[in-house]
Amino acid sequence: MSSTAAVAAHGAHAEHHALGFWRTYIFSQDHKMIGKQFLFMALFMMAIGGLMAMLMRWELAFPETQVPGFQWVPEPFMYEGAIPPNTYNAMFTMHATIMIFFVVIPILVGCFGNFLIPLMIGAREMAFPKLNMLSFWVGAVAGVIMLSSFFVPGGSAASGWTSYAPLSALAIYTGVDWGQNLWCISIIVLGASSLMGSINYITTIVNMRTQGLYFFRLPLVIWSLFITAILMLLALPMLTTALALLLFDRIGGTHFFLPSGGGEPLLWQHLFWFFGQPEIYVMILPAMGIVSDIIATFSRKPIFGYRTMAYAMVAIAVLAWTEWGQHMLQSGMDPALGAGFMFATMIVAVPAALVTFNWLGTLYKGNIRYTAAMMNALAFVAMFVIGGMSGIWMASAPVNMYLHSTYFVVAHIHYVLFGGSLFGIFAGITYWYPKMFGRMMNETLGKIHFWITFVTFNCTFFPMYILGMAGHMRRIYNPQQYDFLKPIIPINEFISISSFVLGAAQFLFLANIVWSCFKGAKAAENPWRANTLEWTTPSPPPHGNWPGTAPIVYRGPYEFSSPEVAEDYLPQSLLLKRSKAAAD
Amino acid sequence: MLEYLYFPHDISTFGPQVDWLFELIFWIVIVVWAVVMIAMLVLMIRYRARPGRKAQYIEGNSRLEIIWTMATAAILLAVAFMSRSTWADIKEHGPPGQVFYLVNGKQFNWEFTYPGPDGKFGTKHDLTIENELHVPVNKVVRIDLTSKDVIHSFFVPNLRLKQDVVPGHVIQVWFEATETGQYEIACAELCGFGHSGMKADLIVQSQEDFDKWLKDTYAHPPAPPAPAAPATPPQGASPK
Repeated sequence: MSSTAAVAAHGAHAEHHALGFWRTYIFSQDHKMIGKQFLFMALFMMAIGGLMAMLMRWELAFPETQVPGFQWVPEPFMYEGAIPPNTYNAMFTMHATIMIFFVVIPILVGCFGNFLIPLMIGAREMAFPKLNMLSFWVGAVAGVIMLSSFFVPGGSAASGWTSYAPLSALAIYTGVDWGQNLWCISIIVLGASSLMGSINYITTIVNMRTQGLYFFRLPLVIWSLFITAILMLLALPMLTTALALLLFDRIGGTHFFLPSGGGEPLLWQHLFWFFGQPEIYVMILPAMGIVSDIIATFSRKPIFGYRTMAYAMVAIAVLAWTEWGQHMLQSGMDPALGAGFMFATMIVAVPAALVTFNWLGTLYKGNIRYTAAMMNALAFVAMFVIGGMSGIWMASAPVNMYLHSTYFVVAHIHYVLFGGSLFGIFAGITYWYPKMFGRMMNETLGKIHFWITFVTFNCTFFPMYILGMAGHMRRIYNPQQYDFLKPIIPINEFISISSFVLGAAQFLFLANIVWSCFKGAKAAENPWRANTLEWTTPSPPPHGNWPGTAPIVYRGPYEFSSPEVAEDYLPQSLLLKRSKAAAD
Repeated sequence: MLEYLYFPHDISTFGPQVDWLFELIFWIVIVVWAVVMIAMLVLMIRYRARPGRKAQYIEGNSRLEIIWTMATAAILLAVAFMSRSTWADIKEHGPPGQVFYLVNGKQFNWEFTYPGPDGKFGTKHDLTIENELHVPVNKVVRIDLTSKDVIHSFFVPNLRLKQDVVPGHVIQVWFEATETGQYEIACAELCGFGHSGMKADLIVQSQEDFDKWLKDTYAHPPAPPAPAAPATPPQGASPK
């Protein structure tokens, strides 16, 4: 590294520092700022989605009673605080839609993808910075469209986040008119945003890795984001197609999904789940990558079976395209076809189990440091095991016949998406917060948040498996209407009370983010003593990411406790005398 | 064991097969989960950070990974093959029917049509009743399911039977109830604002009671159900 080159590189980027407020914070083309924008948008949406979950839990535990403190909500959304069925349907529809499309994916892919990819591959920017900015703002427009649907006559979409036709295809079936149209439009727009992001990620990872950073030296989080971007690129057109057809049915008078005109209701399900199954892996793979990095760092050990981890994630992504029918086993699809989907679904558990095994192997003979990030990452592993294994029941077609569309499914998806993805997100935010904001998050508050969340999460979602075994249908407004569900009324009440604590505890996390932003301890360049490239630049990194020349990579990302050095970590970009000889 | 897990009492002939598979997977999952969690906790405690110690540099172990992968694959494929035969028994073939019904799902009621002595639907002998399904015990009942509007799902927890009811399709299911009594039928697929209340009763009777019920009902047929009109949301919740 010559000092003149460093000065030249610094000089080339110095002009960016003169950008005004708007170009720096609002219409920013800096991948780090765009990542933070996605994060804050998603946290805002999470509060809305979470509030709806709380209202739903009130309704399920204390059906058709007034929600305390909600008397101010005007009719027809609520009647003096009591939730009518239409509003209930709208709430679970929007809860899922918001949490999936506007919280989990924007944080995992939008925030971590944008923030981490250039920093971890030694690039100064994304391949297409303007496209990146456009991606965020198109996504923000989609969010505004989605939120505006609450305020149109008839309220927001109320046919479930899966929006099965024909229920979703004609306004008379739900009483929702423009709410559903806006739902379609919003997700089409969001799809465009995600496509721009995917193209950007793929291009950046393929072309802009720094010198020496071969694919098999990439951190697993980058592997996972790369695979995720490919999945999104291939899956989203299917959803956009389906949504466009649905919109034609709704406002153009066509009959793609309406049998009265020769349409086929099951076509919607095939299109939706052909997108939806890869989408599910989009929501878990980046969390797997994040957790792999964190577990290796805090175990002070190389990740167990680095290559098998990468191959397992690729295998999951390939199998994702063969499984969509697992959601349709009772749909009237040919049962013989359903049997094929059952085998495909069972097989995907094999790479998932392999990944879990490798996380445990990483702990073996480690020197484990229990930071808040590590605790969230380990919770991810434990919850993912429960969520993943409960999938075996539903994969078995005859058992699925009983459990399909019950709370067993609700428990399963929340163990994977909350216990999995969201704990991965907590871990990831805590871990990379110092690099994002230049300050450490408060460890004590982080651990308090972790323990309350971990306990109440399990108290909330584990009993839902029992509800499912009792046959409790999902999406019903009042379970007390059924005699066979009478024995589980106390369980429903217990779940709701736990969920209120769980919801309230999330404000600790938000408070920690805000408080630490101003008052947290100043972060050093490499506070966790990690190996990857983002830790070789100041926290937060300047424009262009490295003040001097971009780092050069000499080894893989997980060389912890390497016998080559006295310290228990060995950064990817550190030039050892012996490695230099090998590199030459 | 399943009654401790709040499973509704099983009254169908294929229910025990479904429950057996559930229990099989239950024990596999419990054992694997316990082993994984104990291993994880032991590792977490045994290898917690202590000053002056360094972790051991281990990159992986291909043999262990292969063993683990093969074991998982073998267990899962075994479960899949066992499920396959039960699935075929229930949904692909099954015993010939002795009693036939036509079921129409509509927002938010179930219409059960009994073909009458001629055994044919669409004749004057048809008997259509809302929200009550009378069947004789120990007889194979075959039901043609269809819908007048949106997708519903015919769910009888005590029979372990669930089948989506799709407009434009006629899907046949079968069951054989082994105990008399009254059981609940629910809709398990979101079908609109009245989804939660879309319930009916399954009344399993002895052959004599069933015949008597048929005779009485034919003597005093219920008023035919109102023609299917598009359901409107309740007052106040309707769009302007």
